[in-house]
Amino acid sequence: MQNILKNKTISGWLMVSPLAVVLLLFLVLPIVMIVAVSFWRATEFSIIPDFDFENYEFLFGSSVTYRVFINTFKYALITWALTLLIGFTVAYYLAFHIRTQTWQIALFLLCTIPFWTSNIIRMISWIPFLGRNGIANSALMSWGITDEPLEWLLFSDFAVILAFVHLYTLFMVVPIFNTMMRIDKSLIEAARDAGANGVQILWNVIIPLTKPGIMIGTIFVVTLVMGDFITVRFMSGSQSANVGRLISNDIALLQYPSAAATAVVLLLTVLIVIGIMLRFVDIRKEL
Amino acid sequence: MEKRPRSFYVLTAFFGLFLLFLYGPTLTIAVLSFQGPGGGLTFPMRGTSLHWFYDLFEQQAVGDIWGSFRRSFALGLMVMVTTVVVSVMGGLAFRKKFAGSTLLFYLIITSLVIPSILISLGVGLIFSQSGLEVHWTTSGFGAQLTWTLPFGLLIMFAVFNRFDKSYEEAARDLGATPWQTLRHVVLPIIAPSLIGVALFGFTLSYDEFARTLLTAGSYNTLPLEIFGMTTNVTTPVLYALGTLTTVFSLIMIGVFLGFAWWGGKRRARAGSDAGKGLI
Repeated sequence: MQNILKNKTISGWLMVSPLAVVLLLFLVLPIVMIVAVSFWRATEFSIIPDFDFENYEFLFGSSVTYRVFINTFKYALITWALTLLIGFTVAYYLAFHIRTQTWQIALFLLCTIPFWTSNIIRMISWIPFLGRNGIANSALMSWGITDEPLEWLLFSDFAVILAFVHLYTLFMVVPIFNTMMRIDKSLIEAARDAGANGVQILWNVIIPLTKPGIMIGTIFVVTLVMGDFITVRFMSGSQSANVGRLISNDIALLQYPSAAATAVVLLLTVLIVIGIMLRFVDIRKEL
Repeated sequence: MEKRPRSFYVLTAFFGLFLLFLYGPTLTIAVLSFQGPGGGLTFPMRGTSLHWFYDLFEQQAVGDIWGSFRRSFALGLMVMVTTVVVSVMGGLAFRKKFAGSTLLFYLIITSLVIPSILISLGVGLIFSQSGLEVHWTTSGFGAQLTWTLPFGLLIMFAVFNRFDKSYEEAARDLGATPWQTLRHVVLPIIAPSLIGVALFGFTLSYDEFARTLLTAGSYNTLPLEIFGMTTNVTTPVLYALGTLTTVFSLIMIGVFLGFAWWGGKRRARAGSDAGKGLI
């Protein structure tokens, strides 16, 4: 018995067995199931095991699919750019302009607390701000910028992106701040002594050293946006679509095989994107 | 002290605006939840009252809010305990490389990046096709773990990356068994981060929507109930509920952070006996 426990592989797997069981039952099996069902047929009331490519043929034969995928990438790209810009600036401020650690921790916590509250509530909370009679419109009209309320503030692509940025900027701030805190301050002093100005230090020292954090943040934001369906549905007032909504609409119509086929394509897309990004960063080393 | 550069003030203003952006909307609905009985979803306030909070307590008005709150709370605790235990075991195991550990690591990353609706759909399909009934304590519980465990594990990996192994060696040299080393040396040192893992486990579960959508069964959790309300409730009662559940989240965060702070104090006071005699 003692010898068995000394074996690294066996003792390792004993320790991770609960984890492995959870991942097997609730991650691997569901994926297998989705792949299987994507080849099934659906009638009005039930789904029937089968092996035919009809769901995929329909998916790739429809112009809607391409439009929706392009839309999904559009959301991901714009959200990524905005969260990176905001997240980097915030992390940079916290890491290099705040001088005491107590303040750093306090302000960092202030940035992360919303992450632990409900996303749905945070989406709902934009209604009084963006609505037809909301704060934004009243302000714009009282300043004389517009004569009548802007209709595109709520329930539009603008609202969707705004909500994404609102929800997910934290996912950029945290990893970028984490890598910035590990930058050896003497490197920056050395750059300054060598005559670099602030912009040069930022561009040639800080940004290259922060790349792993940026990559991790990017992975989070891109996957969250690409897999989302609820933000798009709620903030666009069901007027825009992304792949997640395509899937959830099929689910609502009980068209599980069709939903599964779309899900398989979405999963592959996300995994390819992540696979490319993981080539640039070793996550385990960066933790 | 060095004089602050001009960029400091620009960035401070930017940071202030960022905080306003983060918290402003939530504060707005907190204010609006005190609308008078005749008020609507936007400003102006038509008087102030607790009308909409009272409304929440009337079962018929808004559905089964309190039942769903109890379920979400119970589920949050279940997920929290499981996440802490499984993450610690996983973190300990991953300190040594074992056959298959890389595969398992990539599974953890997959669990983190997989679109939530796939988990919902897949788990839902498995249960329905095998004739099991989806229920928040089984399918819902497992589906949420696929979201909380990666966070717990990543935190544990980060903790053990920074862990000073010489403490363990010292314990072993003094004759401690592996279990004693774990119980009296390793666990006390990593305890503060376990509070962090617990915080993630509870709050991520309590607020989880997409992975619970098709896996909670006929009894809704609170986020599902709230989302249901957004389609048919057009009164500030929605804001009242949003405010209450946010306040509850904040209290829980406060409790966890309080524990972490208290633990840190206690350690600073009693942790080291260096220089206190017994040569």
